[in-house]
Amino acid sequence: MATYSDIYLSVKDRIQPLQGVYQSAEEDYQRLLQPAEWNDVLAVDYGLNIQRLNIQVNPYQVFHCDVPGIQSYLYFVINDIFYHEQSARNQSLPHGVIICSMREATERHADLVRPYLGKLMAAQTDSFVALNAMFAQDGFFIYVPDDVQLEYPIQMINVLRSDVDLMANAHNLVVVGKNAKASLLVCDHTMDGKVRFCENRVTEVFVEEGAQYEHYKLEDTSELTNNLTSLFVSQAASSDALVNIITLRNGQTRNKIIITQEGDRAVSTLCGMAVASGKQVVDNFTRIEHRHIGGKSEELVKYVLDGQAKGNFTGELKVLPNAQQTEAYQTNRNILLSADAKVRTRPQLEIYADNVKCSHGATTGQIDETALFYMQQRCISLEEARLLLMNAFLADVVGNIRVPSLQERIATLVDKRLRKADDACAGCRESHCK
Amino acid sequence: MLEIKDLHATINGKEILKGVNLTINRGEVHAIMGPNGAGKSTLSAVLTGNPAYTVTKGTVVFNGKNLLEMPPEVRAREGMFLSFQYPVEIPGVSMVNFMRTAVNEKRAYEGKEPLSASEFLRLMREKKSIVEMDNKLTNRAVNEGFSGGEKKRNEIFQMAMLEPCLSILDETDSGLDIDALRIVANGVNKLKTPDNASIVITHYQRLLDYIVPDFVHVLADGRIVKTGDKTLALELEEKGYDWLKDEKL
Repeated sequence: MATYSDIYLSVKDRIQPLQGVYQSAEEDYQRLLQPAEWNDVLAVDYGLNIQRLNIQVNPYQVFHCDVPGIQSYLYFVINDIFYHEQSARNQSLPHGVIICSMREATERHADLVRPYLGKLMAAQTDSFVALNAMFAQDGFFIYVPDDVQLEYPIQMINVLRSDVDLMANAHNLVVVGKNAKASLLVCDHTMDGKVRFCENRVTEVFVEEGAQYEHYKLEDTSELTNNLTSLFVSQAASSDALVNIITLRNGQTRNKIIITQEGDRAVSTLCGMAVASGKQVVDNFTRIEHRHIGGKSEELVKYVLDGQAKGNFTGELKVLPNAQQTEAYQTNRNILLSADAKVRTRPQLEIYADNVKCSHGATTGQIDETALFYMQQRCISLEEARLLLMNAFLADVVGNIRVPSLQERIATLVDKRLRKADDACAGCRESHCK
Repeated sequence: MLEIKDLHATINGKEILKGVNLTINRGEVHAIMGPNGAGKSTLSAVLTGNPAYTVTKGTVVFNGKNLLEMPPEVRAREGMFLSFQYPVEIPGVSMVNFMRTAVNEKRAYEGKEPLSASEFLRLMREKKSIVEMDNKLTNRAVNEGFSGGEKKRNEIFQMAMLEPCLSILDETDSGLDIDALRIVANGVNKLKTPDNASIVITHYQRLLDYIVPDFVHVLADGRIVKTGDKTLALELEEKGYDWLKDEKL
């Protein structure tokens, strides 16, 4: 097969790149190697929707998300194209708030987009980010002006829909103005379980001074989906950002999350969980960078792995010399339910300031046998006891969802997922139930 | 109700129980006393199906059924309850959620409908008063951050909720001050009916002032070496266990 560089060169003149996205993407892609365990992802001959043909589907009619009943401003991205038709509630967005296609934003709101677009990705590039920059032509754009507080969360549903193997390269940009407040729930779904997808998405987020931002990502895709998510968050002084990444069903997922504190006294919370079984792979690569005085960060990532699932956690924590009085805590805890499940955890703390409080802890273990027996002695079956313990194990990650209706809903989804993990049919989706 | 015959059990290959025989009928309270390492806690663990122990010989019939064939949760649903010597802390699992699951699993086994939320809360309220349990405790995770006394009180509260026919109290008095001991013992006494029975494992006669046994057994080196009435406990308190060894010889 042709490499993606070859493909890029042959279709380059038909791609309408997003303005401002960094220019050296193609060279960088050649130069940078993806992590070795991800080589096979790009060995697949995916189709690319270079001409941005619309998929004939009205997601509002055919798609029912797992997170219904929460009041939200609801939007869809089909593969890597923003879906233009919208729900009625979106009309009630406060004045000045813009939620639209990234392509449209570069044309109609160029002055808003220009200071931000591509700035974080160029600085944090890797081969997947560079690949995204080569091919990305759309995505979503969210702009919340200064002092505007959104009443409901924004729900952005990414639907993967194709009849042939497909790579989607979306580039998203979120700007939360000074003292503004917004939360975003990104749901990843696959409509076609038999098609191989590679979702290679870059999201840049700017949280301005004093602003509050929550970013939830919920993945419920298929075994044949490679989900490559790069999320870059830049925080100005006194801002508060929460990122919570939840992976319940997937194929092979790599979440790269980089939070940079660009002003004094910023507060960052980075949470995540993965429930994986079969041959699922969930890789969370995280970096929190404290660059200024008085910043706080708290990181909490948990895995429950069954079958032959693999988990990777990298927790880079950087405290630069100027970042005195930083408080940074990192926790990674993992439960392995089977002998074949594997997890690799890499806490990496680099601290260059001397007046800081930092800690980290990583544990990997099995379910507590004494607690299981205690519950069995109270009439509770072994299966139910395990579920109670696993739900309890993940409860603090779920607790870091600040929208109450969403928290409740995700708790239910996590419980459902844990129940199905023991179900014999979880594996048969892969083989004969197609 | 319970008939133990020639019960032998090991842990990690080491024989702890070496032929226990014991029969318990409805309405009876049996105290089991004995020196450290005699096998008292092992007996309770084996009866409740703790997977760490292996039964190598003997039979146990509980309400006419072969107890040793049942998994731990079925023994519990059949009405066997253990008040743990060291109750386990389960962070993240709320008392309410834990007890509701427990009660409804038992009801399902008995072919009954699960309790509604309001019925369940009413039951909780009623049973909490038996051991004078604080609301604060039932709003927390199971045993998490409970003091020693609160944990034991919580065990008796759970016993009240599950209404077992045979309860085994494994050193329920250890770590209790005088007031807590009286509250816990009163709780146990309130739950006593002509249809249920208890095994009280203890080192000290003191608990038996409150929970008066019909029989006192001395377990030593994996066997019951002496059985008497409640006066045996007083005698043990006075003389210790050594005289029994001499008597045996």
